[in-house]
Amino acid sequence: MIPHIDPVLLSRIQFAFTLSFHIIFPAFTIGLASWLSVLEWRLLKTGDTVYAEIYRMWVKIFAVTFGMGVVSGVVMSFQFGTNWSVFSDRVGNVLGPLLGYEVLAAFFLEASFLGVMLFGWNRVSARTHFASSIIVALGTLISAFWILAANSWMQTPQGFRTGENGLLYPLGWVQIIFNPSFPYRFVHMITAAYLTTAFFVGGIASLYLRRGVHVRQARVMLGMAMIMAVFVAPLQLWFGDEHGLNTFIHQPTKVAAIEGLWETRRGAPMNLFGWPDQEAEETKYAIEIPRLSSLILTHDLNGEVRGLKAWPKDERPPVVWVFWAFRIMVGLGLLMSLTGLSALVLYLRKRLFDTKWFQIWCMAMTPAGFAAVLAGWFVSEIGRQPYIIQGVLRTADAVSPVRGSPVAISLAAFVFTYVVVFGAGSYYIAKLIGRGPEADAAVYGSHGVKEPPLITNLVSEEGERNG
Amino acid sequence: MVNLGGLLDVPLVWFGLIATALFLYVLLDGFDLGVGILFPFAPSDGCRDSMMNSIAPFWDGNETWLVLSGGGLFAAFPLAYAILMPALYIPVIIMLLGLIFRGVAFEFRFKATTSRFVWDYAFHFGSIVASFMQGMILGAFVQGVQVEGRSFAGHAFDWLNAYSFMTGVALLFGYGLLGSGWLVMKTDGITQNWARRCSSYVLGYVGFFMVIVSISMPMMNAGVKELWFSAPNFFYLLPIPLVTACLFAKLWYDLHRGAQTSPFFLSAGIFLMGYLGLGISLWPWLVPFSVTFRQAAAAVESQSFLLVGTVVILPVVLAYTGFCYYLFRGKTSNEGYY
Repeated sequence: MIPHIDPVLLSRIQFAFTLSFHIIFPAFTIGLASWLSVLEWRLLKTGDTVYAEIYRMWVKIFAVTFGMGVVSGVVMSFQFGTNWSVFSDRVGNVLGPLLGYEVLAAFFLEASFLGVMLFGWNRVSARTHFASSIIVALGTLISAFWILAANSWMQTPQGFRTGENGLLYPLGWVQIIFNPSFPYRFVHMITAAYLTTAFFVGGIASLYLRRGVHVRQARVMLGMAMIMAVFVAPLQLWFGDEHGLNTFIHQPTKVAAIEGLWETRRGAPMNLFGWPDQEAEETKYAIEIPRLSSLILTHDLNGEVRGLKAWPKDERPPVVWVFWAFRIMVGLGLLMSLTGLSALVLYLRKRLFDTKWFQIWCMAMTPAGFAAVLAGWFVSEIGRQPYIIQGVLRTADAVSPVRGSPVAISLAAFVFTYVVVFGAGSYYIAKLIGRGPEADAAVYGSHGVKEPPLITNLVSEEGERNG
Repeated sequence: MVNLGGLLDVPLVWFGLIATALFLYVLLDGFDLGVGILFPFAPSDGCRDSMMNSIAPFWDGNETWLVLSGGGLFAAFPLAYAILMPALYIPVIIMLLGLIFRGVAFEFRFKATTSRFVWDYAFHFGSIVASFMQGMILGAFVQGVQVEGRSFAGHAFDWLNAYSFMTGVALLFGYGLLGSGWLVMKTDGITQNWARRCSSYVLGYVGFFMVIVSISMPMMNAGVKELWFSAPNFFYLLPIPLVTACLFAKLWYDLHRGAQTSPFFLSAGIFLMGYLGLGISLWPWLVPFSVTFRQAAAAVESQSFLLVGTVVILPVVLAYTGFCYYLFRGKTSNEGYY
C-alpha cells in the first residue's frame, strides 16, 4: 500500500484532470451543434448540396465527440459523491436541483434527439430532422445554462441560509440561479465554445485548401469560420472584460492573483508578464505598465486596487497558476481577433481563400479555442481557492472520508483510461478529417436497421433525400 | 419558493421516481450490457455486426438513466449520495471506467478497420467489468453500510466479500438473460437461433441465483425475515415469488416454442419481480440499515423545485424514448454500419 498521501490534493488533481478532459468535448459540441443547425438551415433554404456534404462530414465528428462527452460526463455526476461527499451533503439542497435540471432538461433531450440526428436522415422528414438538429443544439445550450449556474453560484453564492449541521438551505431560486457572476460566465463560455468550433473548422478548411482537396466545401467552411472570427472574437474580448470587472467586485482575491498584485495601492500598474512568488509575496521580473490595472478595473487612473497582502496567506489562491493561465487565455483571444482582422482584410482584397501564409496560420490556430477554454477555467477554478464555495466552504473541508491510496489508484486509472480512450478518439476524428466531406455519402439510413413496415406514416416524400 | 410539501409526500414521490429511474437503467442498459457480455461467444463476425447494430441507436440514451439515477440521488437525497459514494468508491470508479471503455468502443468499432478486434474486446470486457461491479455494488448495498454522524465510517474494502462476489456473478447472468432476450427479438437467422440457446442456458443460472439471494437476505437480516415471514405479510407478499416462478416457466416454454418478442419482455418481468423483492426487503432504508429515505431527503423546497420540472420533462423524455424505440423497431440486419 502507498503510504499516507493527502487525499484533498489527490482529489483536486483527479477532479481537475477529469473535468479538464470533459470540458473539451462540450466546448466543441456546443459550437458544433449550433453550426450544424445553421448548415442544415442553409441547405433547406438554398438546396445547395455543399451544405449537406459538410453537414454529413461534421455530424460524424460530432457523434464521436458527443460519445466521449457523454462517457466523461457520467464520471462527473458520480465524482461529487465519491470525492467530495461533505460538499454534496452540505450544498445538496442548493446545487442538487440545478444539477438535476442539467441532467433532465438537456442531457436527455440531447442524447435522445441525437439518435434522429445521426440515424434519421432517411427515416424522418427533412423538417423533423432539422428540428432534431435544433433541439440538440438547444439541449447543449440549456445544459450549459444549468451547469454554469451551479458553477457561478459556487463563485458568487447568494440566496441561501445556513442551518444545523452546516447544511445550506435555499431562500430564492431566482437569486441562486441568477447569481452575480452567472450572466457573465454564461455569455463568455458560450461565445468561447462558438469560437473554439470556428477555429477548429477554419483550421481544417485551411488544411484542405492548402492541399487543394475538397476545395468547394473548404471555402464554405473557412468562410463561415471567419465570419465568427471577424465578428465574435472581438466581442469575446469585451465579454471577457465585463466578466473580469464583475469578478473584481465579487472575487477581488482572484483578480489580485490575475494581476499578480501584492500591495494595495492607488494607480496600480499592470504586470504584463512576470513570475509571482507565493513565498516572497512579490511578482519577480515584472514588466509593468503604470496605472493600467487601476484604469481597467476602476476606470480611473488613481483608482484603488487591493493587492494579495490584503488577505491572510491562507486565503490566497496559488497565484502563479492563475496569473499565467489568464495570460494564455487573453493572448489566445487577441490572436483570434487578429485572425479575424486579417481575414477581413484578405476578404476585401479577394485573397481569403488562396493566401498561403494565412492558411498555415489558421492551421496553427486549430486548437487555439480549446487551449483558451482550458486556461480560462483554470483561472476561474484555481482563482477561487482555497474555497470550493467562495467564502462559505473550504475545499479542504469538503472532501470525502476516503483515504489517499484509493484516490491515488483511481487517479492513475483515470489517467490511463482517458489517455487510451480519448487518444483513440482523437485518432478517429483525425481519420474522419483525412477522409473529408465527400466520402461515403450514403452513411445515413444504412446503420443496419431494416425499414420499419409502417414507414409511410412517419416519413414524407422528403425522406428520400440522399443528397 | 415552491413548496409542494402541503400537497403531497414529496420525499416519497422522489423515492418512487429514483427507484423507477434506476429500474429503467437496469432494464435498458442491462440488455445492451448483456449484448456486450455475450458478444465474443457469437458464431460469426456477421452476427457480431448485427448485435452491435441492434443496440447502436439506443445505448447512449440508456446510459443517461444512470446519470439521472446518480444525479437524482444527489439532488433529492444528498445525504444518501454523500454516504454511499465514498462507501462504494472503488467499485463505482471501476464501473465508470468499464462504461467508458464500452461506450467509446461503440463509436470506434465502426470507424476502425485493422484495430476492430481491440474495440470488440474493449466492448466485451468493459461490459463485463461494469456489470460485475454493479452486481457487487448491489451485494454490498444489501449487506448495509457503516455510518457515523453524516458520513461513511467503514473501510475502503468493506464492499468486497464472498457475498458481493456472488451477486456480481449473478448480475452477469441476469444481464446475459436480458441481452439474449433482446437479440431474439431484434435479430433473425443464425444470430437469433444462437441467442435463443444462450437465453435458455443462462435462464437456469438466473433462477439459481435468485433463489440464493431470496434465501440469504432474510437469513442475514432479522428485519427482512420478520417482514417476509410474519403473518399476514407472508400471504400479501406470496404473489411475488409465485409470479416470478410463472415467468420463468413461461419464458422456458416460449424459448422452446420459438417465440420472437415475448422472451425479452418475460426477462424484463423477471427483473421487475427481483427488483420489487429487493425494494420491499430494504424499505424504507436508502442507506441500509442506517438512513431512511426520509432522513436522507433534501429540504422540501429543493425537492419541490426539481419536481416541478421533472413532472413536465419526464413524460416528454419517456414519450421520446418510446418514439426512438418505435422508429428503430423491427429486425436489425447485419449489412452496413452507421
